[in-house]
Amino acid sequence: MKPANLIAPALVIMILGCWEAATHLLEIPVFILPPPSSIFATAIIKAPLILPHAATTLSEIILGIILALATAIPLAIAMFANPSLEKGLAPFLVASQAIPVFAIAPLLVVWMGYGIASKVFMAWIIIFFPITISLLAGLKSCDPEFRVMFKLMGASFYDTLILLYWPWALPHFFAGLRVGVTVATIGAVIGEWVGAQQGLGFLMIQSNARLQVDLVFAAILWLTAMGLGMWIIVGILEKKSIKWKP
Amino acid sequence: MDMLQLSGATKIYNGQAVFSNLDLSVSPGQFKVLVGPSGCGKSTLFDGLTGVMNLDRGKISWKGEALAHLGRHAAYMQQKDLLLPWFSLMDNALLPARTGKMDMTRMKSRANKLFIRLGLKGYESHHPHEVSGGMRQRCALVRTLMFNRDLILLDEPLSALDAITRRRLQSLLLLLQTEFNKTILMITHDIEEALLLADEVCLLSPQPMAIKEQFILDQPKPRHFNDPDLLKIKEYMLAQLEGEPTCEAG
Repeated sequence: MKPANLIAPALVIMILGCWEAATHLLEIPVFILPPPSSIFATAIIKAPLILPHAATTLSEIILGIILALATAIPLAIAMFANPSLEKGLAPFLVASQAIPVFAIAPLLVVWMGYGIASKVFMAWIIIFFPITISLLAGLKSCDPEFRVMFKLMGASFYDTLILLYWPWALPHFFAGLRVGVTVATIGAVIGEWVGAQQGLGFLMIQSNARLQVDLVFAAILWLTAMGLGMWIIVGILEKKSIKWKP
Repeated sequence: MDMLQLSGATKIYNGQAVFSNLDLSVSPGQFKVLVGPSGCGKSTLFDGLTGVMNLDRGKISWKGEALAHLGRHAAYMQQKDLLLPWFSLMDNALLPARTGKMDMTRMKSRANKLFIRLGLKGYESHHPHEVSGGMRQRCALVRTLMFNRDLILLDEPLSALDAITRRRLQSLLLLLQTEFNKTILMITHDIEEALLLADEVCLLSPQPMAIKEQFILDQPKPRHFNDPDLLKIKEYMLAQLEGEPTCEAG
């Protein structure tokens, strides 16, 4: 393994080691800061309890991603094809990100209920923005000489989109998707904090109230693993889709 | 009758004339080359002819018929190969067929023949980054021929290549005329290239671009520079071009 690849694992081991030592040496109570060993043990032993909650959160995130893709891709293409639409919609897009998700989360729960819908919606709000903006930037970055070539070929907008603009914008699209999937957990978990009957956010709030801090950390651990897993999957999809990149 | 006739072409850019009242004609089957200093407005002229930008004044006529621009009558090959990196060489060559909704079976067989003729056989499924600059440019040439248009506009198609590759591709450019019966209008700043390929060379002045002199070359092709007449013309053209100040823009 290259020395550069050892930095991340070494750093994790170092932090966990310091954390483990500190909790023992300073005799920090488990209900304030449990040692990593106890968190890992809880994450595995309590897996039958945690996994159904994780499955709920994951399905909220995946539905949020699907919804975000279904809206961001047509929106970015429409704004690219019609610059006046981009000018008109830009303030609304920025506003959708300027409002903290926390501020509207209680309202969404009131409007959409304690079920999955309000969490999916919150994940969607967070994910669709980076995908839309990155895809739009990618479409716009297309080399003008290629555009001229397609114009001279007499290609339709649809043909140019499929053959030129979309493949050109793919690296940007995946950059946006990577950001989207990693922050998607925020939307879903906030939704579950505010009001839910299932999900890792719900489990965290419940465990926190019962001072089961090791379970809170175990839920965070599973959440992190999910985020990391989605990041890796997007990376694999990116490599498969952009094979032509030397 | 001339195949292409341009009369009184004028293009003003930022208040300055890139060219003014320019007349140009190309007859069927001719290999015409425009030679001028860098930045004199040669590419702007091609942009005007193809409709990439509008001429401020001037008439374009195609086989006697007045047109706004050449549009689908001419195929245009530029200095960059402009191959799409996500497509194989064959898919790149088939782009005109795909966008023009042509019969793909017929066009594939045509592309296969052209791949063999231009020395690309065996590289059909390679991607542009896997082959040399010369091969990429040959693939761009195949793509240009796939348009199946009578007139081919070449905008310094070989200027990005090294000297040896360039010499090889010059002989392929000759094939466009001799084997594929195309009419060619090419721009270059390379006098030698012009003298090796052209039936007629137009020497251009810096901006505002104008045709200073025309040279009819009737020496048989392929040509070599051991021909004293060619050498004399080359020396004369060089002296003409070196005497002119070059332009920064255009």
